[in-house]
Amino acid sequence: MKNNQLKDIRETYADKFGFNMPEVPSSKAKKGLSEEVIREISKNKGEPKWMLDYRLKAYEAFIKKPMPEWGADLSHIDFQNIYYYIKPGDVEKRTWDDVPENVKKTFDRLGVPQAEREYLAGVKAQYDSEVVYSSLMDELEEEGVIFLSTDEALKKYPEIFKEYFGKVIPSADNKFAALNSAVWSGGSFVYIPKGVTVKRPLQAYFRINAESMGQFERTLIIAEEGSFANYVEGCTAPVYSSDSLHAAVVEVIVKPGARFRYTTIQNWSDNVYNLVTKRARVEKDAVMEWVDGNLGSRVTMKYPSCYLIGEGARGEVLSIAYASTGQHQDAGAKMIHAAPNTSSSIVSKSVSLRGGRTSYRGLVDVAASAPNAKSRVECDALILDSISATDTFPTMRINDSSANVEHEATVSKIGEEKLFYLMSRGLTETEAMGLIVSGFIEPIVRELPMEYAVELNRLIELEMEGSVG
Amino acid sequence: MIYSLEVKNLRSGIEQKEILKGVDLALKSGEVHALMGRNGSGKSTLAQTLMGSPTYEVSGGTAKVFGKEILKLETTERAKTGLFLSFQYPSEIPGVKVYSYLRMLHNKSHEDKLSPKMFREYLAKKMELLEMDPTFSERFLNEGFSGGEKKRMEMLQMLMLEPKVIILDEVDSGLDIDAIKIVSRAVNYLIEEHNSSVLLITHYSRILNYIKPDFVHIMLDGKIVKTGGEEVASHLEEYGYSSSELQVPAVKHEE
Repeated sequence: MKNNQLKDIRETYADKFGFNMPEVPSSKAKKGLSEEVIREISKNKGEPKWMLDYRLKAYEAFIKKPMPEWGADLSHIDFQNIYYYIKPGDVEKRTWDDVPENVKKTFDRLGVPQAEREYLAGVKAQYDSEVVYSSLMDELEEEGVIFLSTDEALKKYPEIFKEYFGKVIPSADNKFAALNSAVWSGGSFVYIPKGVTVKRPLQAYFRINAESMGQFERTLIIAEEGSFANYVEGCTAPVYSSDSLHAAVVEVIVKPGARFRYTTIQNWSDNVYNLVTKRARVEKDAVMEWVDGNLGSRVTMKYPSCYLIGEGARGEVLSIAYASTGQHQDAGAKMIHAAPNTSSSIVSKSVSLRGGRTSYRGLVDVAASAPNAKSRVECDALILDSISATDTFPTMRINDSSANVEHEATVSKIGEEKLFYLMSRGLTETEAMGLIVSGFIEPIVRELPMEYAVELNRLIELEMEGSVG
Repeated sequence: MIYSLEVKNLRSGIEQKEILKGVDLALKSGEVHALMGRNGSGKSTLAQTLMGSPTYEVSGGTAKVFGKEILKLETTERAKTGLFLSFQYPSEIPGVKVYSYLRMLHNKSHEDKLSPKMFREYLAKKMELLEMDPTFSERFLNEGFSGGEKKRMEMLQMLMLEPKVIILDEVDSGLDIDAIKIVSRAVNYLIEEHNSSVLLITHYSRILNYIKPDFVHIMLDGKIVKTGGEEVASHLEEYGYSSSELQVPAVKHEE
């Protein structure tokens, strides 16, 4: 009974969100990873030698690094059963008309609202490993903003690229950052010049659409002094049977007085290992905000971090984790206070249901060189039934006595009382539960662009079906 | 005769403890029945049992709304028969905006869906009736509301649903006289406009000055021990619940 319900949900899910679109890669690289594969990737992309060397060095680190033994279970990942690079049949397109029909259809099914479509000229869609559509908005260009695929940026702006690439997250940082550094492909490159305010969010849609294909996008963002911008990415993935790996690296440099927000809503299919390293270097009086929604996937391990290295720097993480059957969301945040008067805030909300598991894993580190640090951590977990679980692993390393650090954690269940109250007004149990869950994550959803908020709420409604009884 | 609400020999309680020991009631459309009694007499248990609270277990009897047996129905289905309970202690639902919640209630209970603009106007009128500040619609449902604000929010939800059978569980408790008048206005509106019937649970006869009862019932130890007109309430006001008029042995302690 329960299994049938789950199956139904998957079917609706696939139908509603347009998974399983036909793929159009022209040539598939071989499965598995080797030095040869890496050389081929680099050659295919026509990269400079330094990048090939960087990749090869990272590959060495990847081999040497052990699998993390903490966090979620990663023992089922078979690195030799994954494609590391797929070049789609279509080359990069310049105008919307040139974008293949099936990609447009994907946008349709994602429910991108009409108003949003008008701005699609500025949307970068990563379809398989390569950007198939990429067109700079004129106004951005005029302001000197660079918004390109990372591959393109390497070709067009080699100096800026080399100066910042791999500086925030060294290739040997961790096993999956090393893997990404060795085989990365696609992702976004964003450069906001000094003092420029970008009002509209820079948007990118990501999809994985080839079975067993790892997606290793690499994003590099530089926000120059006093600039302001908001980057938004959303992911949906097709439902496939074999395991799939997503190991991205995102590096953000926020220069003095700048403010940058990076919003992600990820809705991977439930066979994806989502192992992402996200880190920002936050300089004097700058602000970095990570808004991170982790839905779907089989396993997520993701801890967006802020290295607050300049006086008065501020870091914020707002995160939602949502785990259902067979899923483990191991998510959290890291705040490293390395300068005086720095502040940070972490708000984490997690929902587990139908046997799902969520973990909050966080670090607040205050160095001796960082007097008057302030940090506030709030993690709230909501558990919908007795077969689901949640746990919290907060770490505090405080080396300065003037630090002011608060930590608050709550775990709650949906009370019968609340359900009864809402049902007495004619809502079904499913609707009542959906409402309570939406309300629970509202503090984070309200920070999302409208269409994401709508999509997320729709998804939750859908997820609630069959979770009752 | 089909009653809007007909309860016969209803028994219910918590685990092994019976609280309702055979309650009989019959309300016709448009009638107001006041149900009075001291704390612990079973008034709220009756309200909660009728709405299908998971806290209470029914051990006997029947309850019908317009002839339809409701005791086996899910709470959602009971609400669909036109039954409404104004809670004594409404739940707080954080993160759920009053506006979108009420729109959901309205859309679910009405055939004609209003456009967002029309709904806003409709809502504004109802809030005006309850003398509620328009900013209420932007707050989260009952979160951080005062006792009086919660009661008004119950009334606002009631106005959205336009129920045929209304149970008010101590809607007057903690309200000053002005607030009681406002609440009464909403209830009277539904009696007049929709011929709704009302089971008015209260401790005090004060609210009966504003919502005129056709019958007054006195509940004691899980049973209705006296039924009459308004004079029953006035008698109670004067002599209290231990009056010999109630013709039952005094109960030593309740709660």
